[in-house]
Amino acid sequence: MAWDWQLFCKETATGEIIAGCFGKGGDQTYLNWILSAWGWTLTVALAALVVALLMGLLMGTLRTLPNSPWLVRLGTAWTELFRNIPLLVQIFLWYFVVPAIFPAMKDVPSVILVILALGFFTSARVSEQVRSGIQALPRGQRYAGMAVGFTTPQTYRYVLLPMALRIVIPPLTSESMNIIKNSSVAFAVSIAELTMFARQAGEETSAPVQMYLAVTVLYAISAFTVNRIMRVIEQKTQVPGFVASGGMGAGH
Amino acid sequence: MKKQIVLAAMTALVAGGAFAQSAVDKAKSSGSITMGVRESSGALSYTLGDGKFAGFHVEVCQRILAEVEKQVGRKLEVKYQAVTSQNRIPLLQNGTVDIECGSTTNNATRQKDVAFLNTTYVEEVRIATKANSGITNIAQLNGKNVATTTGTTSVQHLRKHERATGMDFKEVFGKDHADSFLMLETGRADAFVMDGSILAGNIALAKNPAEFRIVGEVLNVEPIAIMVRKDDAALKKIGNDTIAAMVKSGDMAKLWDKWFMQPIPPKNTKVGLALSESTKNAWANPNDKPMEEYAKK
Repeated sequence: MAWDWQLFCKETATGEIIAGCFGKGGDQTYLNWILSAWGWTLTVALAALVVALLMGLLMGTLRTLPNSPWLVRLGTAWTELFRNIPLLVQIFLWYFVVPAIFPAMKDVPSVILVILALGFFTSARVSEQVRSGIQALPRGQRYAGMAVGFTTPQTYRYVLLPMALRIVIPPLTSESMNIIKNSSVAFAVSIAELTMFARQAGEETSAPVQMYLAVTVLYAISAFTVNRIMRVIEQKTQVPGFVASGGMGAGH
Repeated sequence: MKKQIVLAAMTALVAGGAFAQSAVDKAKSSGSITMGVRESSGALSYTLGDGKFAGFHVEVCQRILAEVEKQVGRKLEVKYQAVTSQNRIPLLQNGTVDIECGSTTNNATRQKDVAFLNTTYVEEVRIATKANSGITNIAQLNGKNVATTTGTTSVQHLRKHERATGMDFKEVFGKDHADSFLMLETGRADAFVMDGSILAGNIALAKNPAEFRIVGEVLNVEPIAIMVRKDDAALKKIGNDTIAAMVKSGDMAKLWDKWFMQPIPPKNTKVGLALSESTKNAWANPNDKPMEEYAKK
């Protein structure tokens, strides 16, 4: 079966094939559209990743604090709330339910809502990883911080977190790739990202196979790029001789 | 399903020799005729369960087949065969069904393979909005949030309209019709642009149907018609004559009222779709023009 890839050069309103495949002067080809859709996917995913890492780091850390039971509970409550509700349901809650309760939320653009929903959902998973990273450290590390007279924030800043975060880079890599793929649910609340493009353009051109293939390739490229970037970060932050510094696991 | 396939294969074998024959002649010799129907094509053609089918187009077809019966001068057994969007044309061509009474859009591509009776139903793309929004035409939607459903042709109509008039809609896309309607209901969108029958159906099912109304000009039309084999001039003639007679006697309008305005089985809900100008026009000027011709107007 010969696939006609020229349809990406078609103008989206008139259906004419445009030379050079890029529309000029207000014309938009399917190629223009898929690139802008890719932009939306990356925008949503990367912004949500920032939210997820910040909130996840904060909540994960709170959950390991000694002598602050209420902060631990807050962190646990946050984590359990956001990881026990399906992502698509959370997106709809943010989009339809929250604005019904707080009318001021109605004016918030839907892209912000999606970024928050996706970010908080992922933050629950990041929080769990950060917690396990901190708890994976030998207890002696915390005592060492206390012994040199550090306050709790100082112990975390200078002793625990630098090591714990290095340990959790591999699972964080997975989360960062997941967030690219999970961003596809954003189409449900009208973000013009890749999945929406595939559905709509597939219908318009009667060539859903080509559209989905193109979208698949772009998702794969995006996720793999994130994977490579995280790999570089992992290598750059290695501490020689430390267990999580890659290599064959030398032990403590 | 298996039974259907076997049936289809057998009928294809039997009908092999009788290809160029009209369904009318075939009915005369065999004493039966097969109607292709849909499982769920709104009030046009749907199943009541138990192998029973009903709907506006099904009833029109029953009238046509009654006329065929009169002409061949013997009692005919009417068989019902469920078809889908994917298999309706092949099954019609190979003789498994003789007449398809569903919701098939008459377009130029299909006219190469099959023939359509004169258009009996015209789907209109319309605007639904809140009754108190003050919106009465598409020009007022400039700069407003307009909802439509991803993966439908309405998205493209809106884009074309924007291009042609230089207007700017803020389009919001639901992932299905229920979502798009929810956007209108919750105020995320000021209007919902979609096929009229879908809008009417969603409004009918809303918490408070009186809150919504369908307004404004028709953005696009698609003729929906009953389908027969391309070379079946005899059945086409009987069909078109029957349709013309029903329009003339007012029976067609009565049927519309029965299926689109009154509660219909099995749940006794109303579609609530008033007879449109485009459909009235098609009845008054019988034609089997494809969608492309309608778009030119």
